[in-house]
Amino acid sequence: MILFLAYSAVLLSFASGGVAIAHLQFPNVQKKLVFWLLGASGLMAIFAGLGELIYPEIRLDTLNLGLPWLPWHVHFDSLSAFFFLIIGIAVFAVSLYAPHYTHHEQKDAQGFAVLSLFTGLFVAGMMLVLLADDAFMFMIAWELMSVASYFLVAFQHENPANRRAAFLYLLMAEVGALLIILAFGVVASFADGFTFDALRASTIPTTWMSIAFVLALMGFGMKAGLVPIHVWLPEAHPVAPSHISALMSGVMLKVALYGLIRFCFDLLPEVHWQWGVVLLIVGTVSALSGILYAMMQQNLKRLLAYSSVENIGIIVMVLGLSMIFLANHQNELAALALLAALFHAFNHALFKNLLFLGAGMIHHQTHELNIDMLGGLIKRMPKTSMIFLIGCMSISSLPLFNGFVSEWLAFQTALQVDVLDNAVLRSLIPVSAAALALTAALAAACFVKVFGLIFLGVPRSRHAEKAKEIQDKGMLAAPAMLAFLCFFFGIFPSSILHLIDNVTEQLLGSTQPTKDVLSFLSIAPVSPEQASYTAPLILIGALVAAGVSFWLLTRNSETTMRIAPTWDCGFGGLTPRMQYTSSAFTMPLRRIFAPAFLIDEKVEKTMRDDTKLNVGEVRYTLHIQDHSWVRVYQPIERGVNRVAKQVGRIQTGNIRTYLGYSLATLILLLWVVSL
Amino acid sequence: MSWLIAILQTALFVALAPLLAGFMKFCKCRLQNRRAPSLLQPYRDLLKLTRKQPVISEDASWLFCATPYIVFTAMILAASVVPFIAVDLPTSAEADVIVLVGFFAFARFFLALAGLDIGTAFGGMGSSREMTISSLAEPAMLMAVFTITMTASTTNLSGAIEHVLNEGVVLRPSFVFALFALLLVAVAETGRIPVDNPTTHLELTMIHEAMILEYSGRHLALIEWASQLKFMLYGVLISNIFFPWGIAENFGLSALSYGLLVISGKLILLCVFLGIAETAVAKMRLFRVQEYLGFAYLLGLLGMLSHIILESTR
Repeated sequence: MILFLAYSAVLLSFASGGVAIAHLQFPNVQKKLVFWLLGASGLMAIFAGLGELIYPEIRLDTLNLGLPWLPWHVHFDSLSAFFFLIIGIAVFAVSLYAPHYTHHEQKDAQGFAVLSLFTGLFVAGMMLVLLADDAFMFMIAWELMSVASYFLVAFQHENPANRRAAFLYLLMAEVGALLIILAFGVVASFADGFTFDALRASTIPTTWMSIAFVLALMGFGMKAGLVPIHVWLPEAHPVAPSHISALMSGVMLKVALYGLIRFCFDLLPEVHWQWGVVLLIVGTVSALSGILYAMMQQNLKRLLAYSSVENIGIIVMVLGLSMIFLANHQNELAALALLAALFHAFNHALFKNLLFLGAGMIHHQTHELNIDMLGGLIKRMPKTSMIFLIGCMSISSLPLFNGFVSEWLAFQTALQVDVLDNAVLRSLIPVSAAALALTAALAAACFVKVFGLIFLGVPRSRHAEKAKEIQDKGMLAAPAMLAFLCFFFGIFPSSILHLIDNVTEQLLGSTQPTKDVLSFLSIAPVSPEQASYTAPLILIGALVAAGVSFWLLTRNSETTMRIAPTWDCGFGGLTPRMQYTSSAFTMPLRRIFAPAFLIDEKVEKTMRDDTKLNVGEVRYTLHIQDHSWVRVYQPIERGVNRVAKQVGRIQTGNIRTYLGYSLATLILLLWVVSL
Repeated sequence: MSWLIAILQTALFVALAPLLAGFMKFCKCRLQNRRAPSLLQPYRDLLKLTRKQPVISEDASWLFCATPYIVFTAMILAASVVPFIAVDLPTSAEADVIVLVGFFAFARFFLALAGLDIGTAFGGMGSSREMTISSLAEPAMLMAVFTITMTASTTNLSGAIEHVLNEGVVLRPSFVFALFALLLVAVAETGRIPVDNPTTHLELTMIHEAMILEYSGRHLALIEWASQLKFMLYGVLISNIFFPWGIAENFGLSALSYGLLVISGKLILLCVFLGIAETAVAKMRLFRVQEYLGFAYLLGLLGMLSHIILESTR
């Protein structure tokens, strides 16, 4: 039954894509049907995921698809179900949001058909990746996901920059896929067959196992956006339509994490603590550099893409912790770390989806994504601003919201290092926990900038001044639902943590240390004496304290507020340009963390006369670049070009030379055969 | 019963915060050969502010008016978590020290947003500086806190204090490092010399004051009270974690009044110490603050390493 729900989710999203290109007589009905089917697919995925998580059981099936002697093996366990749930929520939200968001595209029937077809294929591909139980099906589904999303990134291909971003994305996705195939190949060469069962049963030497791990880390890491192989993310995400970036950032990166978890924790017969250290370091670097770059961005969607790099870094870091504990036979703590990682993945899917949809709403109403051109939207778009504020609070991991709970769990896990024997690990893990604290604090600064500059203050452009609230109910309902979930899981985290416990139970054979004590109200992951967090009581306390102070202070009717113009120090003429901008706000951090960026800062002054005293015009340009472009990619690009040039030498364009090559090859082959 | 005591303790904490601020001012004045205002002056200021009519800019949004209540509430919640005169209260089981840091982050988030709300340069400047300094201070603080929580193997504040109490007087090098790290962080976070100067209104040096420049009336009263609370929170946290002796371990009247007496003594000593430090040190440039906080982080790290190398049982 549950497997049937999962299949119907896949089929419905295929159907949504299929309906989009079919020639139906009623175009309006057809357009509605596309989104209805997508929404139904999302709902089915939610039901399938929840059903499996509540009644955990490994469900297997074989489909006679593909090549005749290679049937597709399908399995559906708690880990797949958990990620199915994430996909379901995101797809459902997008299906509510997209009908109004894409109404410009809907006028162009062909463009709309392309967009919807590939959205359907993309969603179906992601779901199939989760269902795969053999390497073949996994790779086919993976490629379906990658290629479909390439067409979505390239959707607005009129702009050359978009084509470039899409090509970069395709290139990195394919290199990543190649590495994943190699990783599967290494394991499969020690196993009989490509099914996951055969891979699990393989006896593989440690060296080869480590090689497979590194290949998988690079392959999945390329998709997930780990530093330094993250560069496609900030290029591709801003280019795609917002609801697609929401799916890519909120869900597709999670599917890559699913692949990493499946490969390392399930398929490889054992884990080593050294791998955990690698994940810990890569995760920490990704988290820190992701948020530092995010802070420097002016384009809202680019900023959000970099922030995804940060969050993926946090998740990978916690996965590394889990691996270290698992290799040291601390299964309960490993389960706790995995719980924290999975919960953070879930939370990130919720709030990143919400923020991307919010960015789409802002763009839809103002045609502007540059933070420095916005401002004052809180009065013009009150509902949007409230929803976006909740997203910002969740991602800044403030108490009472879901982001805080997963970071709290991560800290609790990191503080359990005393059980480890290795002193290097015991000092490394707290340092990475402090790096996590720095990341969280910088994320708060970053999203103060985002919310403050976009929604608060005075409008910085005409577009922002003329902005109006969104009227379409679906477009508001989708992010509002996500905002509610962010708040709900911040107050009652145990409702979902119970379900994730089933995942760790199936994967590692153990759950977090104190499952029994986990009550509905509070969470106490290790033991109630060590740490507990009771969000509902805090919420009640906060409401009481705020209510009482508000009531006491506003009783006196003589002290009602007086509205007055802003004080301009007596000079007059406050203009919106006097407000802090994005680059001004982040200037102190840019200076402090200067070595982390490649900064190109120029101030050009033009003088009015020759005395050099009378300044006419000042031009300030600031260009900040990612280190990895210059340090990693440009050398690779130059190397490839150089090799290509060397290879090009043998092509003289002269027919006699080519005949000579043929002759030489023939002789060589004859010699080989005669051996 | 224990809930009642917890609520009363929180109320007492909130009520006494302005007094501590008054005493701090008293110490500084005497050290600088000035006549000090009465100890009750902060109460009079707060009362005067609540009676005044608040003036709000026409560009302000609802967030500007809600922020003082949010900030004040966050500080009350933080006060309910920190053991003040008695340990083992039910409120400290609700939230541990990481949540406490979260409450501070919550208050700061909204204060920084309120600074950006009016759209003046001052507010933005204050917000930007505050977020910069706090994002550097937070890892240093957590590093120091982790040292303590790893020694006590609990992040619950009551539990950590009980652990120190039960252990008796032991000189732990890790605690010495953590104490100094936490002191440096406390000075930075409560906006005192040498990081920020609460009495200045000069644009080159303002941090906290720049953010709240547009506030008046009861809103300003709440924010002032909240920052007094924050100052007292750090004071109580430092005195009770590192020198917990004298804190009430049962809820008898004599134990509680003894606890109150002892914590007053500790806070007085801390104020005198801070007063001397503030009088002797000049305010530093904004771009030297990272060195200061880097040093605090380094102290926290040293504390952590000395815990792992010297004190761990393995």
